[in-house]
Amino acid sequence: MILDALSVLLLVLGLFFFVSGLLGLWRFPDTFARLHALTKADNLGLGLVMTGLLFQVPDVLWAIKFVLVWLLALVASAVNAHLIAVFLHRQQEGHDESA
Amino acid sequence: MNLLDGLWGILDLLLVAVLLLLAMAAVLSSDRRRSMMLFIVFGLVLALVWARLHAPDIALAEAAIGAGLGGALLMATLRRDTHQQTDQFPQHPVVLWGAGVLVMVLGTMIAWGLFSVLPTVEQTWRKGAAVDAHLAFSGVSHPVTAVLLNFRAWDTLLELAVLLAAILGIRALGYVRSAYVTEAAFSQLAVWLVPLLILMAGYVLWAGAHSPGGAFQAGALLAGAGILLRLAGYSHAGLPTTRWLVRLGLVAGTGVFLLVGLGLLGWGQGFLHYPVAYAKWWILLIEMLATVSIGMTLTLAFMGGIPQKEAA
Repeated sequence: MILDALSVLLLVLGLFFFVSGLLGLWRFPDTFARLHALTKADNLGLGLVMTGLLFQVPDVLWAIKFVLVWLLALVASAVNAHLIAVFLHRQQEGHDESA
Repeated sequence: MNLLDGLWGILDLLLVAVLLLLAMAAVLSSDRRRSMMLFIVFGLVLALVWARLHAPDIALAEAAIGAGLGGALLMATLRRDTHQQTDQFPQHPVVLWGAGVLVMVLGTMIAWGLFSVLPTVEQTWRKGAAVDAHLAFSGVSHPVTAVLLNFRAWDTLLELAVLLAAILGIRALGYVRSAYVTEAAFSQLAVWLVPLLILMAGYVLWAGAHSPGGAFQAGALLAGAGILLRLAGYSHAGLPTTRWLVRLGLVAGTGVFLLVGLGLLGWGQGFLHYPVAYAKWWILLIEMLATVSIGMTLTLAFMGGIPQKEAA
């Protein structure tokens, strides 16, 4: 029962960060700020959701899979945000953006 | 329990609404880049819908092939297309109205067709029961794989042949252009992800015998690895540099499938009627080679032609 309560708490907290990220994506003025809001909040939100789910796993293998999914998402979103930011930065500096 | 059902009902309605909105937005958007992004998101939501319909095999295939590889292919096409943003939609009102009426007639016909199929759903369930009854003789314990590779192997053979025909057409376009210029962070990501993708492809292929997975999903993962390598600046995308090895890999899936079928025919078994005792091994052999062929085909499709002859 306590485990269930912990799960619900962490899931709700995770959802709060997802909604915050979404608001940031919606309301922030430029792409850099939006990227920042989205990656920061989503990574934390996903981490909290994953941690919440960890209390519900039937065995350790499931737990390892959840953590791996989170790590993959972390790496992918960091690199994605970096690529988009670099592209934009170059474009704004007036370099050739056709690459 | 009732509350939970109600929540799932709301979620399902939301999914359907989002799916329809995304489909409309993707078709109606005048910016091709935006349409393509919306199409990818549409594919991901569609995968969720399949998962809700308890069809994890199709959900996996939709996410990997429909959204992932389809999106990558569209992006590669957009990059090649030099006249972006040219407005080629017919502007004349007569044409627009004509098209609208035509679409409505077609839509009504499709809806009517689906509606008339509904009464036969029960029969389809009975076929499902027949699959379950014969599962023990199929060589695998996952009903979807049993249908794809044994009971209806003929269909899967033809699907592989379609892929082969497609890649022959793409190869006729000539040599591919230069590789992409890339960032260090992305190359490093590729170095991390490619071995992981190959491992996952192997797992998904093996898992297909007893749970959702199989050659098409595994092949799509391999192709994902190939596309990553290509984007990271490897001009051959991890494919063999020897020409005959590439050709062998592309033909292997269809070729061995066909050879096994014909061999069994010669053995007096009937086309693709595996002997029960060895069915598992025939299916595994065919699926392994099909995975290689599908992975290579989709990677080459992304590259859009034959890799350059000179080494990377």
